[in-house]
Amino acid sequence: MTSSQLHLYGTSLSSRLIMGTALYPSPDHLTQSVKAGGAEVVTLSLRRETAGEGSGADFWEHIKALNVHLLPNTAGCRTAKDAITTAQMAREIFGTKWLKLEVIANDDTLQPDLFELVEATKELSSQGFQVFPYTTEDLGAAEKLLSAGAEVLMPWGAPIGTGRGLMNPYALRTMRSYFPDIPLIVDAGIGAPSHAAEAMEMGYDAILLNTAIAKAGDPVAMAAAFKLSVEAGRLAHQALIIEQRDMASPSTPVAGTPFFDLDNLN
Amino acid sequence: MNVIVNGKSEEITESTLAALCKRFLDHPHTIATAVNGQFVPVNDRPDYALKEGDKVEILSPRQGG
Repeated sequence: MTSSQLHLYGTSLSSRLIMGTALYPSPDHLTQSVKAGGAEVVTLSLRRETAGEGSGADFWEHIKALNVHLLPNTAGCRTAKDAITTAQMAREIFGTKWLKLEVIANDDTLQPDLFELVEATKELSSQGFQVFPYTTEDLGAAEKLLSAGAEVLMPWGAPIGTGRGLMNPYALRTMRSYFPDIPLIVDAGIGAPSHAAEAMEMGYDAILLNTAIAKAGDPVAMAAAFKLSVEAGRLAHQALIIEQRDMASPSTPVAGTPFFDLDNLN
Repeated sequence: MNVIVNGKSEEITESTLAALCKRFLDHPHTIATAVNGQFVPVNDRPDYALKEGDKVEILSPRQGG
């Protein structure tokens, strides 16, 4: 165990990039992108099966071959009740207590319904789930989620799929400062590697994204770029970034400046 | 009897959830089930008697973000 590792519910991970599995041009693109990104955790979902197709089984075999940790989601659920039932179904199929808990409040923003989220977190935690709630930067909701049993929080960067980066860096920075010891993962809204690096430089523990890689012109290359940016941001955070200043400050030593004469000051 | 399977009304002859699931896959461990919003574990499916109007959800793994 080293300080560079990420610990989520007792599981140690070397990678701080968590990748979604949706929207890729092909299953092969998904496999190659996960490898290029170095992800050790991927998200996935449950959807209605069609009689005789077995499409879920094909995807499941493909995912198992990746040999990574699975983080099933409750995407699309709008109530705690639906999310709890979906979680129970996911646990049976995927054989994991981990759950990315999504309870959606609004179709346009896909923002989390924090009230239902807290209720579902409480119930699922009591049932032995290890909940990763998709939430906002709201500190009050965050405290309630932790009280309800969550040990990891996943605030959004921007609405899902928008690629706009960190819309409220002030609030994200505040959240990081307020919960220095809680694993915090920025989930959703990341568009470019620089967005991921910005969150990691703030001290976020990991990044969860899907669209930014899957819909890139070259998903495999973009996964590699995100791997580098997450690592760079983490390293920069550990190296302690300098304070910003209002005034310029020369980096080259002033002492010994050539052609400099005190008499010229007049 | 008539039940709702994955949102569609269907006339079925199967009497148990396990029997209905056989329409979907030979491998019951790649699907998960719920009836009327309540999770039904795989081991309970053989004894789960379906009733007229039941709402059955049969889900399987998919891509997700």
